[in-house]
Order: sequence, then C-alpha cells, then structure tokens
Amino acid sequence: MSSALSAPEISRALIRISHEILEANPDSSKITLLGIPTRGAHLAYRIGSHMREFAGHEIPVGTLDITLHRDDLRLRPPRAIMPTSIPNQGIEGREVVLIDDVLFSGRTIRAALDALGEIGRPRRVQLAVLVDRGHRELPIRADFVGKNIPTAITQSVKLHLTEIDSIDEVLVED
Amino acid sequence: MRHLLSIADLSKPEAISILDTAVELARVSDGAVKKLPTLRGRTIVNLFAEDSTRTRISFEAAAKRLSADVINFSAKGSSLSKGESLKDTALTLQAMGADAVIIRHSSSGAPQRLADSSWMQGSVINAGDGTHEHPSQALLDAFTIRKHLGKGSSDLQGIKVAIVGDVLHSRVARSNVLLLNLLGAKVTLVAPPTLLPVGVESWPVAVSYNFDEVVASVDVVMMLRVQQERMSDLFFPNAREYSRYFGLNSERLAIMKPNSIVMHPGPMNRGLEISADVADSARSVIVEQVANGVSVRMAILYVLLAGQPLEVGGN
Amino acid sequence: MSQHYLLKNAQLPNGAMSDLLIVDGFISSIASNISGAEAQVIDVTGSVVLPGLVDLHTHLRQPGREDAETIYSGSRAGAKGGFTALSAMANTSPVADNAGVVEQVFRLGQEAGLLDVFPIGAVTRGLAGVELSEIGAMADSIAKVRVFSDDGHCVFDPLVMRRALEYIKKFGGVISQHAQEPRLTIGSQMNEGNVSSILGLKGWPAIAEEAIIARDVLLVDHVQSRLHIAHVTTAGGVEIIRWAKARGINVTAEVTPHHLLLTDELARSYDPVFKVNPPLRAEKDVMALREALADGTIDIVATDHAPHTSESKECEWSEASFGMIGLETALSIVQKTMVESGFMNWEQVADRLSTAPAKIAGYEHQGSNLKVGSSANLTVINPGKTWTVDRDLVASKSRNTPFHGYELPGVITHTFFNGSPTLLDGVLSSGGVH
Repeated sequence: MSSALSAPEISRALIRISHEILEANPDSSKITLLGIPTRGAHLAYRIGSHMREFAGHEIPVGTLDITLHRDDLRLRPPRAIMPTSIPNQGIEGREVVLIDDVLFSGRTIRAALDALGEIGRPRRVQLAVLVDRGHRELPIRADFVGKNIPTAITQSVKLHLTEIDSIDEVLVED
Repeated sequence: MRHLLSIADLSKPEAISILDTAVELARVSDGAVKKLPTLRGRTIVNLFAEDSTRTRISFEAAAKRLSADVINFSAKGSSLSKGESLKDTALTLQAMGADAVIIRHSSSGAPQRLADSSWMQGSVINAGDGTHEHPSQALLDAFTIRKHLGKGSSDLQGIKVAIVGDVLHSRVARSNVLLLNLLGAKVTLVAPPTLLPVGVESWPVAVSYNFDEVVASVDVVMMLRVQQERMSDLFFPNAREYSRYFGLNSERLAIMKPNSIVMHPGPMNRGLEISADVADSARSVIVEQVANGVSVRMAILYVLLAGQPLEVGGN
Repeated sequence: MSQHYLLKNAQLPNGAMSDLLIVDGFISSIASNISGAEAQVIDVTGSVVLPGLVDLHTHLRQPGREDAETIYSGSRAGAKGGFTALSAMANTSPVADNAGVVEQVFRLGQEAGLLDVFPIGAVTRGLAGVELSEIGAMADSIAKVRVFSDDGHCVFDPLVMRRALEYIKKFGGVISQHAQEPRLTIGSQMNEGNVSSILGLKGWPAIAEEAIIARDVLLVDHVQSRLHIAHVTTAGGVEIIRWAKARGINVTAEVTPHHLLLTDELARSYDPVFKVNPPLRAEKDVMALREALADGTIDIVATDHAPHTSESKECEWSEASFGMIGLETALSIVQKTMVESGFMNWEQVADRLSTAPAKIAGYEHQGSNLKVGSSANLTVINPGKTWTVDRDLVASKSRNTPFHGYELPGVITHTFFNGSPTLLDGVLSSGGVH
C-alpha cells in the first residue's frame, strides 16, 4: 500500500482543476457541477467553493447518483441508492461538469451520461476526476484530471476525504 | 433476500433500506424522469387470483417505471377461475420465464407455498394473501408515517399508532403490527372483542375496546376497512353500532393530538368506519398513501431483483 | 397354510425372554429353548414380540376413492406397520350405512387376505346426521358390525345421538364419536391459538371438541350405553374423560400417533401435509395426551390413517384436504413418544395398540395377548434399530405422511396374521386375491 497523493497535493490539484474549468468555460454563469456520490459529491462541493472564490459568484453544485443506471447491478447484492439533487437552475442548456473521484473502466461515467440524459439536455457535458488510473473499457475520457496514476488492473485506488474518513489522501493498494 | 412473503422476513436494517431506497425513488418519480433502466429485460408477472385494482396498478406502475416487462394474470376469465391449480399456474409462469411473481390470493399462505415449491424459480412477492399479510402495504404505511412524523430519524421509535377495526380478518393489520414493532413504534389495537383474534394476547400490542380513550393519545390513527358481510356473521349487531363505537367521525377527529395523522389502506367505506369529512380532512394522508405505494413498491422490486440473482434454493 | 414358524429369543411384552412356536395358525408353545419342532426358524434376538396391532380407525377409501387407497393397498400398509386388524371407517362413497356396502368391504378385506378388515357402520344415513342408518342390518350381516361412526362428521344433533346410543344397545354396539361442534368450526383450518392468529388461518377451537365430549359422556351415562371418543386432541377433553371414568361412565377414548408428537407450530410452513381434522394442537395438549395414554384415561392408539391424492395436498392450505396417513409409522411414533420417554413400557403398548382396541370392538382372535392356543396374530419390532421415513417408499397408495425425512426408532420386521407371515424380514407378502 502506498500513498499516491498527500493532502496538500490533493488540495493543489482541486484548485488547479477549478481554474481549468473556468478557463474552459468562459461564460461561468452557465456552469453546473454535479458530483457522483459519495466522494465525487464532496469533491464537487470543494471545487464549487473554490470556483465561487475565483469567479466571484455562486456556481450551482448538485449530486447525481448513477446506481439505477449501472450495467453491473446483477453481479452483486443490491446497492444502496445515494441521493440525487439537481440544483434549481436544472441542466437544460447548461455547461455540466461531472465530478468523480477515480476514473477507471469508464462505466460509471457512461451510467452518469444515461442518468443525465433522462433528466434533460445540457449544452455540453465535461468530466473532472481527481485520479485517472487507466484501464478504460469504454471510449470515455476526462477533460480535467488531478493526477494520472498508472496502476496494475489488480490494484485498487482509494480516495479518503476528511468529510468522511478524517484524512485527505489517495492510496494505491495491491 | 429472495422473496418478500411476510414482514417477518425482514430485519430492521433491511426494512429501513427499503424505505430509504423508496425516498430516492420517489424523488426520481417527482422529477422529469419517470422511467429507469434498472430492471430492463426482467419479466414480472402480476398473479392476482383475488380481485384488486389499486394494488395491481401500483405494482404494475412500479415495475414499468423500472423498465421491467409486466404480464398481468388476473382471476376473472383466466384459467385460475376455471379451476386450474396454483401449481399448474406456477409451472406455466416458469415456462414463460417470469423473474418475479407478484401474487395476491384469497388463501393465506399461497405465496409461501409458491416460494417453497419447486414449481418456479423466480422471486415471490406477497401482494396480500387471505387474512395473513400484506407486506408492501405495511411498508408504504411506515414510509408515510416516517415522512410525516419521523423527524429525520431512520425508524419510527416512540411513535404511537392505533390500528382500528376488523383486526381478525385484516392482513394489513398483521403486517403493520410486525413492521411498526420492528421499527420501534408502539401499537394499540382498537376493536370490538369479536373482531380480535384468539391469540392476540401473544402479539406485541396493547388492546383496547374503547376508541375514545385511545384516539386522543396516539400520533397515527390507522383505520381498517370493515366488510358489510361481517354483520351477518354475528360480529356486531349492525352498522350503526359499529360506527358509533369504532368509527372515526369528526368528534373523535377533534380530540386527536396536534400533528397526528389519519390513515386507511383503502378502499374506504365512507360512513361506516370513517366519515366522509374525516376522510377528506387535512389530517388525512390517505391519498398520499396511494402515491407512496408506487415508490415503495419500486424499492421492493429493486431490492429483490436488481442485485445478484441468488442460486436456486438460496434464501 | 401349514407352514410352522419358530421365533427364537423373543422379548415378550412383559420383558421375559422366550421362544414362540406357531403351528397351523395358532400359538402352540411359549417357552424358552423350544427345539425339535419342524418349523422355519426366525431369530428375533433383540426384538420385542407384540400381539398383532389392531386399528380402530382406518380410512381405506374403497369404495369410491380408489385413487387414494384401496382395501388391498391399505391392508399392505397395515401389515407393514404391524397391524393384523383394521377398522374401515364408513365415510366411503357410497357411505357404509347399509348391509350391502359393509359386506362388500368385508369381502374385499378377506380377498386381500393380509389382515382382518372390520367394517365400521355409519351412525346416520349418508352421514347426514338426521336419520339412523340400518344399524341392525349391518350388525346382522356377515360383517357383524359392532362399531358405528359418522367419522369425518360429528353426530351433532343431541337427539339423534341419544337415539343412536339407545338403539345400538340391542346389538351390543359402540358409537365412535368424532367430537366437533359444527357451529364453532365453520371453515376452520387449524387449531385456534397464537399460531393461527399470526398465520391468518381460521381457528378450530379446542372447546368445539370438549363441548361434544362433555355432552356425550353425560348422554351415554343417562341412557346406559357405550361411547368411544375418536381422536382426542385436547387437554380439556382428557380432563372430561377422566372425570367421566371416575364416575363409572362407560366411555373409552383413542389418540392418534401424530397427536402424540406434532404441534400446530408445523402449520407455519403452510404445508398442507400438516392439515388434519381434528387439528394438531399445542405443546400442552400433546403432553396431556401422553399422560392420559400412559395412565389409561385414553384407552388406545388409533391411527386415523387418511390417505389423500397428491393434488389434494400440493396446493394452498385452505384448498387442501384434511388428513395424514399413519399405519406404517404408528408403532415407531408410539415407541418414540411413550416408551423412550419412559411414559409406558411394552406391556402397556401391547394393551393400547392391540388388546384394548380388540376388546372395545369385540374382535375375536385379535389382541389376545400371546397366549398359548390363541390365533397367531403377532408383530415383531426391533426397538434398537432406526429407520428414515421416505414418502416415496410407503406401501400406501398415498404419500401424505407428516413424518417424511424423520428418523424414527423401531423397525418392524415381521407381522403374522393367523399364523402366516404378511411381513417377513421386512418384505410384504402379496396376500390373496386383489
């Protein structure tokens, strides 16, 4: 088990991602962040508050649970459904940025796109992840990446956040 | 969990997880999305050997919102009414590839016979069997109570519920007694002595023949339907006496606790066990119960069918 | 049949060890170390020899429901269970309420040739409970009916029961009453109690049995006749019978093997193999019945063997027929519940399952307690061995046994009927014409 990102590194990455999102979307009033629970949602709140600081106005932040759209439900006992909360402005015609902790096979994001599609039609959907660990099984890529961490397929990558786990760190385990 | 035959099949965490899942699914139903792909490709059969419109439609809506294929097999005009046995019906359903059967039957224990037999492999969901149980009704009742009186808690700890009416013949009462106790609520049964089963002393409930004493001290008054036929079977002299002692009328409504609610599983006999103005009053959540039924039934289907299929013979 | 048999090293019911010699259908000698006889030697070391079992309550279903059982298949089941006499209940189709039907049943039993089949005559015509059946004609027929019963139904009308009890006095008869007040058991499915309240199945309250027992013991005393209470299941019923006997009232009573072991808890599975009339009751009733059988308040064990086809049991509880088969498991259940628990010894078993029933019904040549000169009707059971009940291997035509999968003590190895083995080393004989 090794630490791939320390707390200060995570913080710097999130700040950088916040800047990159604003750069890529000049009309910041159209941006909506949707975090994928559980930890993606917490990251979205952090990024949202950084962006409020840099942009000078509120950026709507919500959560998008993708459990019901997963393609692998039958492989495990039923999963608990997490909350989905779409900000009042909705997503119609907006620049939606999906936020997740670790990008791996890409299936979670595929499910998120399906879930989003059932809610409405954003103008554009982008993806921000803290860690990209490779091994994609679908043609999905992230627009904003905190850190690329090459891993073996048998390893696992875990994000801990103080909101839940009392510490900020990214661990790679065998 | 492969079947839902009785509330006794559920542990407290399982029951709460169904309620929590229903909360999220309700949110989905309220929003723009009315359909989810979660049970796509699954075949669910409604086997309603006893007439019921609202429960069947509720389960059908729940299944369709999760993109399952629904086949309706109802009593009238079907082979069941022509004397085909439960066993042969089940073998037919198995041949049709049913992943789950939602069964309502006039015979207590019929869903369990189906589940324990080797006639079919799918999940069995009890939508009401004889006078035994009606688990999905109890779950939607608990969901409704939690929504109004739960104060953010995950269970129903300390909430006082009165269940009033024909307990002897009520599957809704039996399931509710089990679930309300499981979730920490306190139950009092109110009924004429003739409509309480021998053996009720062994139930985890208080019993009272006096509605007026109980109605002012509870948070929930759950009225049960009384069938007209009970009068000719000597359970009480006539409708007038029944309403006078056990009907929820405006006088009794007026002394209920503030914030208390009135529930009824339906269909109501307006004027017999519940007066029309009480049914339509602000305290009544009867219409909301029906709406909650779809989300709760979606949650039941999700919990039973979305996950890993259990091996045949597993439980 | 002039084969002779020598049973060596038998344990008699009173515990003594002995040999038994069977010659020309009779017990010709009971002594230790019998030798020199020209007989087939059967070593029954470790086994108890009992007088052949006599059942006072058997449903053989013929005529009318031969799909469930016939007199021949029922006789085979009886022989396998150690019985040398069965009493065919009258609720056949047509009902055994006249000489014609009872003579047919009697003749079919003789043709089967495996044990004595004594027909029971209905008390009322068509079992309707309204008019007396042809009691005299049945008593005077070749079947010589002495036991009368509407079993399946209660003779519920007190006036009809009174007249019937009076009338049978002329013929030396006894009425076996199925005690069930119909008004208290409309649509009943199982014992009324905690379990039925939870399962949502209509209850069959104990008082519906007790009330009829109470009424009928007073009635039989008043008219000075003979009463037998079929399948007693309640502690309250036991108390009433005990009270009646203490007053010298001429009442006898029976209990079934299943009521000595099983309780209404089994209904929780909703498996109708446990559905029976009268129903399985609570633990306290089971205990009261065992004590009563041990102290003689209940005189006999009777099986109430009730075969049903699979479609009558492979369905929802409320649709299923009432009844369990029991001929083949009866003696093992009695050993398990009464002998192994210390309630009774084998001598008492011989009384409750052979001597006493034969006496109540007046069956000659049966239940004569292993005396030299009596008909050789014997059962040999090895109490030390166990066996597992398999419903697919029963001799009965029907498979509705509640004991499927149970491991039971006591293997019956031999049954002798009038000196011929109907069961020899566990193998059934084919009997006569069938």
